[in-house]
Amino acid sequence: MAFSGSKIIQQPLPLHTTIRSPDNPLLSDPFTAAPFLGSTRTLRLTHSISASQRRSASPIVAVSDVFKEKKLKSNTDLLLTKEEGLQVYEDMILGRAFEDMCAQMYYRGKMFGFVHLYNGQEAVSSGFIKLLKKEDSVVSTYRDHVHALSKGVPARAVMSELFGKKTGCCRGQGGSMHMFSAEHNVLGGFAFIGEGIPVATGAAFASKYRREVLKEADCDHVTLAFFGDGTCNNGQFFECLNMAALWKLPIIFVVENNLWAIGMSHLRSTSDPEIWKKGPAFGMPGVHVDGMDVLKVREVAKEAIGRARRGEGPTLVECETYRFRGHSLADPDELRDPAEKARYAARDPITALKKYLIESKLVNEAELKAIEKKIDELVEDAVEFADESPAPSRSQLLENVFADPRGFGIGPDGSYRCEDPKFTQGTAQV
Amino acid sequence: MASIFQGVGAATALSSSTSFDTKKFHLSSRRSFSVRRASFFVVRSDGAKMDSGLNRIGGRADQLVTNAVATKADTPAASTASKPGHELLLFEALREGLEEEMERDAHVCVVGEDVGHYGGSYKVTKGLADKYGDLRVLDTPIAENSFTGMGIGAAMCGLRPIIEGMNMGFLLLAFNQISNNCGMLHYTSGGQFKIPVVIRGPGGVGRQLGAEHSQRLESYFQSIPGIQMVACSTPYNAKGLMKAAIRSDNPVILFEHVLLYNLKERIPDEEYVLNLEEAEMVRPGEHVTILTYSRMRYHVMQAAKTLVNKGYDPEVIDIRSLKPFDLYTIGNSIKKTHRVLIVEECMRTGGIGASLTAAITENFHDYLDAPIVCLSSQDVPTPYAGTLEEWTVVQPPQIVAAVEQLCR
Repeated sequence: MAFSGSKIIQQPLPLHTTIRSPDNPLLSDPFTAAPFLGSTRTLRLTHSISASQRRSASPIVAVSDVFKEKKLKSNTDLLLTKEEGLQVYEDMILGRAFEDMCAQMYYRGKMFGFVHLYNGQEAVSSGFIKLLKKEDSVVSTYRDHVHALSKGVPARAVMSELFGKKTGCCRGQGGSMHMFSAEHNVLGGFAFIGEGIPVATGAAFASKYRREVLKEADCDHVTLAFFGDGTCNNGQFFECLNMAALWKLPIIFVVENNLWAIGMSHLRSTSDPEIWKKGPAFGMPGVHVDGMDVLKVREVAKEAIGRARRGEGPTLVECETYRFRGHSLADPDELRDPAEKARYAARDPITALKKYLIESKLVNEAELKAIEKKIDELVEDAVEFADESPAPSRSQLLENVFADPRGFGIGPDGSYRCEDPKFTQGTAQV
Repeated sequence: MASIFQGVGAATALSSSTSFDTKKFHLSSRRSFSVRRASFFVVRSDGAKMDSGLNRIGGRADQLVTNAVATKADTPAASTASKPGHELLLFEALREGLEEEMERDAHVCVVGEDVGHYGGSYKVTKGLADKYGDLRVLDTPIAENSFTGMGIGAAMCGLRPIIEGMNMGFLLLAFNQISNNCGMLHYTSGGQFKIPVVIRGPGGVGRQLGAEHSQRLESYFQSIPGIQMVACSTPYNAKGLMKAAIRSDNPVILFEHVLLYNLKERIPDEEYVLNLEEAEMVRPGEHVTILTYSRMRYHVMQAAKTLVNKGYDPEVIDIRSLKPFDLYTIGNSIKKTHRVLIVEECMRTGGIGASLTAAITENFHDYLDAPIVCLSSQDVPTPYAGTLEEWTVVQPPQIVAAVEQLCR
């Protein structure tokens, strides 16, 4: 799909150019409700400069300007096909329905501990992950249910994991904050913020290694690292921006800036709240996008993923988004201004996409209703499956501590601990 | 005797998939320890007594080499030229092991500060970047937490990185990644991802390096579930443990010591891999079991000279595997001598010695004729002044005194 906006960005710009978009400042007022899907929110694509490397570069135009242009040009030029539209819509509905069900199940005592829900942020997950191949990797944080679902992990497996059952994607050993799937290349699920970013950097490094050292010539796997605004003040974030840009790793750093780190407002904790600016400081493009608008996210994602696949290096994408629920199910969410919540609720990404799809005559109401029904059934089925699945038995206790269980060592009787018959029963002395 | 045969039974069961000739390794009829696991060949410390009272550093290697090389049945004592094997320094042995593994498997790579162009701050990776390129021997920026995490992420995706901490102490900055991701990810992912990394680097008290460069991180890491820790002490075991650690699918932390890099020893020409979980019998004896590792092994052996002259017969075991402990070798020794002395470089509180004391008390309490004595470093940040530094670590006279006390 030829989108002239992407083409402009794609032109071979030297890594260090002098262009800064002259438009209005980006976060002048993050709280004004702006119309989306064709809104005038500017996108900024900047590159860092080195005076000695100044070359004549093509002008960069903010992506949204081209959006406007396109709309003026032709009404039949749509941003995605019907098939893609339905796919994205279904993914977002799945994310929302699943998380709503999680809340219900939590309050009914089916899952415990810390559960962090993704309501409101679906545009980021669907916008990015639906563009990936199965071999591409996704790394997330503790707010990872929807990333796993978007990547293809079955709802049943995720729900079972949340219920702590052995049929969960991690055999019940990980829980809400540790969703992993080797099959779908979901590399976690991390409880401490920031600690997943180096892991994502490693996955991107492995991709580059395969291509250049192991000579797997067609290896162009990219890695997406999702994390929040709070993480952007953490050392690991900056250290990995540096390494990724230095070695031109095929990674996209996706910041889900929902303005709040539990009860800490982004503006109260960050000296320069414009996170996208931090990309050029390390030598990579920094882009800001309206994270409540799945189509805008998708366009930016396409460009960033394309860059990574072509070996041009990493991109930092800041998605301005919002979580409709508290930080976790234990968070009373008393600090956020109800007016702010209302403003963002009016920008619900699912409602927006629905509106776009119908107004552009891509789909009709009935098709969307069918999807919603399908998802409702899927989620119900997932709950049923999880409910009926057995809890892990004692035998599972010691099994996955080591990939090679000889790591438990040699017991007093001379045999390896893992050879003790009680080991598989989970009652051996280790 | 029965326990040894039980061990043999277990060993043969475990080693059914490997091909080696057990007959070659029947070292001594009296106390042959079974060969537990072999790749090419694995040599367990032999149980035969040294007839000379002096056990020089690496002296055991001669006996080892004789058994290891099938062709040369009797080696003339004097001529070094005709001795089998080759002589090298410990850091070269580490490099040899590393290089052999990199040659063998293209997924093995090195990540760390100054490992590439500089060749490693202790020359362990010298020449490797020239041979394998800048991506396989990766010079990282100074960001321990992140490049350790990067190594872990790469391992999850199929590579086998060796992460070097320029000094073990620097890995304190990587504690987040080592504890949370390295140790735990295999478990929390339900076994879906393995983390076959080797984290290595020099630690321990050096020569007036100051408090922060003289740390013993084995005591801090030992509680982390899901990792193994080994400490090398001779060129022979350095190479063997390096290779074993790289081949292991578990995350292994290999502790080297700043003062041991220039130890010289003759090691076999043939390829060999040691067992990560086993301890090493350094000097068999009857009166007391001395358990030690890394640099303290040499303080112990120095003390052993004195002790032998005084008529004692200490059994010295280099535990090598700091996590898990080889309770079989250790137990057999305790059952024989009934007295235990632990000599370590960790601090008194929460060190390896503390854990070992607990493990021995738990498992072998009935066999002890005296309380376990544990000699550790003082709970003091290592001072710069040479005199003070000397007093923070265990010295041979203290070891001699402790044995005399124990054996009274």
